[in-house]
Amino acid sequence: MSENKLPETIIFRIRRLAPRRADKPTWGEYPVAYSPGMTVLDGLWQIKERVDSTLAWRASCRMGVCGSCGMFINGRSRLGCNTQIAELGTSVVTVAPLPNFPIIRDLVPDLRPMFDHHTALSPFIIRKDTAEMQEPTGEFFQSADEMERYLQFSYCIKCGCCVAACPTCATDSTYSGPMALTQAHRYNSDTRDDGFETRKEVLTGGAGPWRCHFAGECSRVCPKGVDPGKAIQLMKRQLVADYLGLRRKDPVAQINVKPEGIKRREGIPEAPEPSVEP
Amino acid sequence: MIRDHKLWTWHIAAGLLILCLLGLHMAIMHLDALLGIFNPAGGHPIDWQNVAARSQSLFFLVSYVLLLGAALFHGFYGLRNILFELDPAAPMKKSISWVLILIGLGLFIVGGWAAWTSFQGAIVA
Repeated sequence: MSENKLPETIIFRIRRLAPRRADKPTWGEYPVAYSPGMTVLDGLWQIKERVDSTLAWRASCRMGVCGSCGMFINGRSRLGCNTQIAELGTSVVTVAPLPNFPIIRDLVPDLRPMFDHHTALSPFIIRKDTAEMQEPTGEFFQSADEMERYLQFSYCIKCGCCVAACPTCATDSTYSGPMALTQAHRYNSDTRDDGFETRKEVLTGGAGPWRCHFAGECSRVCPKGVDPGKAIQLMKRQLVADYLGLRRKDPVAQINVKPEGIKRREGIPEAPEPSVEP
Repeated sequence: MIRDHKLWTWHIAAGLLILCLLGLHMAIMHLDALLGIFNPAGGHPIDWQNVAARSQSLFFLVSYVLLLGAALFHGFYGLRNILFELDPAAPMKKSISWVLILIGLGLFIVGGWAAWTSFQGAIVA
């Protein structure tokens, strides 16, 4: 159904649950006045302002950056702010909380299990030169090719859509899930990082990538175009190579030292003096 | 218990081994008209003389035992993964692993004994 053919009133079918008041979820239907360009999140705001102020969901930036408004919209995990009603093409929009998470209320999932797995995999730069990390004296050198190895994985906004779509996460609570594993691979492939051995403790166990069936749903639903399925397969390859003693161990990136004794070419002006005191 | 990355590596290695040995099996059993390999008595590949001749070969003794071990490990590791996805408690996971190891070992001993006895029979004969 194209945007022109959508009716003036769209029905939002929303799964409601207040765990302190009821054990079983119910479905509520709410009419929403449709206007072109309207997103699912706009529709939810309209319901809250005009129909039912008790409806709960989580949202913040409204522009697909913060990752707060992950929802199960028309049978697929998506961001509410990033999904236009026109692109769904239906006059009834079904909205439920993200699957594979406990529910706090209505459309608000409890993301703590996902972040517990994330935290366990030390998703930050780990280096042995702690003094430099505490008091940096310069930048670590990294080439464009080296950055390409992890760049797409760093676009992750931790919305949880991939975890909600993962068939393994649906049954296995000990599995780290696509988000946490992708972030572990993002740091393992960063040349400035030296934390592979630390993360390996978790990755080589039951929480690691070994339960992944490569269904690929995580990559299909990611609103930022990250490919967690690829990250998990690359991570498997890296860990197996490490087990077989075949992993390439590149030296950890060092401080980029400014070359000395180089003369400026004629005609290239000097950089201006700093305009503020350091 | 052995770490999962080691088990998974062996799982893949066992898969590759199965691929090669099953390829050989298919070639012997179904391409006999074209290749005619390992069927010294001629006729059908599962004629008694052909089966006995293969069993009496050291190459086939090793192949049978390797295929049996690889298939059992590959299959039982897969089954373990499926059972683990039902999210059993940690003690149950340990029990599942041990039961599968014992069944696998039992089947390997029976199968290995059958292959060895056939080979021994050849030596005695």
